[in-house]
Amino acid sequence: MTRKPYVRPMRGWWRRDPYFTRYMAREATAVLVLAYAAILLVTIERLAQGRDAFEAWMELLRGRAFLALHLAIVATFVLHTVTWFAIMPKTMPPVEVAGRRLGPAAITGAGLVASLAASVTLFLTLRHLAS
Amino acid sequence: MKRSVQPVFWILFGAGGMLSALVGWMLAWITGIAVPMGLGFPQLGYDSVLAFERHWAGAGLTFVVIALFLWHAAHRIFHTLHDLGVHANAGAWVACYGTAAFGTFAAAALLLSL
Amino acid sequence: MSDTRPIEIEVLRYQPGARAEPYVQSWAVQFADDTSVLEALQRIKDLHDGSLTFRWSCRMAICGSCGMMINGVPRLACRTFLREFLPGPVRVEPLAHFPIERDLVVDANDFMTKLATIRPFIVPREERPLSEGEYRQTPAELERFEQFSHCINCMLCYAACPQYGLDTKFLGPGLTALLHRYNNDSRDGAREERMQLVHSDEGVWGCTAVGYCSVVCPKQVDPANAVNQNKTMSAVDWFARFLPGRRP
Repeated sequence: MTRKPYVRPMRGWWRRDPYFTRYMAREATAVLVLAYAAILLVTIERLAQGRDAFEAWMELLRGRAFLALHLAIVATFVLHTVTWFAIMPKTMPPVEVAGRRLGPAAITGAGLVASLAASVTLFLTLRHLAS
Repeated sequence: MKRSVQPVFWILFGAGGMLSALVGWMLAWITGIAVPMGLGFPQLGYDSVLAFERHWAGAGLTFVVIALFLWHAAHRIFHTLHDLGVHANAGAWVACYGTAAFGTFAAAALLLSL
Repeated sequence: MSDTRPIEIEVLRYQPGARAEPYVQSWAVQFADDTSVLEALQRIKDLHDGSLTFRWSCRMAICGSCGMMINGVPRLACRTFLREFLPGPVRVEPLAHFPIERDLVVDANDFMTKLATIRPFIVPREERPLSEGEYRQTPAELERFEQFSHCINCMLCYAACPQYGLDTKFLGPGLTALLHRYNNDSRDGAREERMQLVHSDEGVWGCTAVGYCSVVCPKQVDPANAVNQNKTMSAVDWFARFLPGRRP
């Protein structure tokens, strides 16, 4: 009897299961992280070019296309925040608080609270600076 | 067995991921929606933004955000290309990490020039 | 069997001598509330087609032999019940990411070869004569590795891991969890040796934290945690190795 092991192709593997599709959505958030960093970089570049260049760029950012893009960026960043803290417990050794092991839900929850706290702090600080 | 060089990029990925997870959504809301539309933020003009970016803290924050977001994205995109069947070869490596390096240098150079 | 209902079972079959490609064959099987997929396969083999080939042994989720894809999810056939899939059909395929040997039997050589490389046994820190007596371990020391010792080598996590599917050079979830079990055992002294495997591109750095391995593990070993804890340790070590006098 001859052996002829059959290797199945991996093409489209991430469409095989909703878990994999959600993983790909999580990974895809990186594209908009890149886009946002690029927008910030262009803003600095326009700033360095001088008043007219900067103001023209600001005018572009006020347009519907960029507003829509930024709405997508905000939504994607929220997805990133949620998925980041969801996977974080997996990267940590066991953590004990008051003699009991901290479960993954507690770690994820703490992360989400930290995001809220840090973001609100940022908001209030920048608003104070801008006034 | 040869030790991987991934830890360097993974730590940058982690730092960028943590920063963007903590404040990314709020930062994008502020700079992309609130400021342009004047929602709770006065429309910031050339002078105030320039003053902010000329201050060491403002420039520092901006640099850290741009750089870490770029390194986070580069690492994730590099690995996702592999997930999609694009062979993780030298070309992909240079395209991803090279872009992050270029962006990092550009941000530093631009901010220092202000 | 009292109170039985029929359900359709579709099996991805592969008979290399007879046909070049895998093909689907289905049977209508009567089942009761407590009929497992394994029992259904056994009924098919006994009553309908004796050539149907599959691995099994204990029938109680401890030997790790009967791993297969059931409706696209890696599961132990002995612990998966047909009642879950009404009205059917149920699709049964060999474990993903492994070459198919015949029908539901996969080629597990890669896993078995790699298993030896991680030194899955206690390597004493130093020579201990019998007169020194047994090793003593506190409950806290036991807790550091106990969860990871529950692995039954069923390879469901490999079927769940797309990184292993894309590149079989990857050490993979189960073996990293096993490696971690020995590294975390206070009796063992081979951590530095095993970490050489961890530090490589084929070690933990092949993992992208998909996390599905831990979802499918029938023994709650949490291999994703073992791999990603080791990522942190490997990353710290990458820099710490330049410091004088550090522990490996």
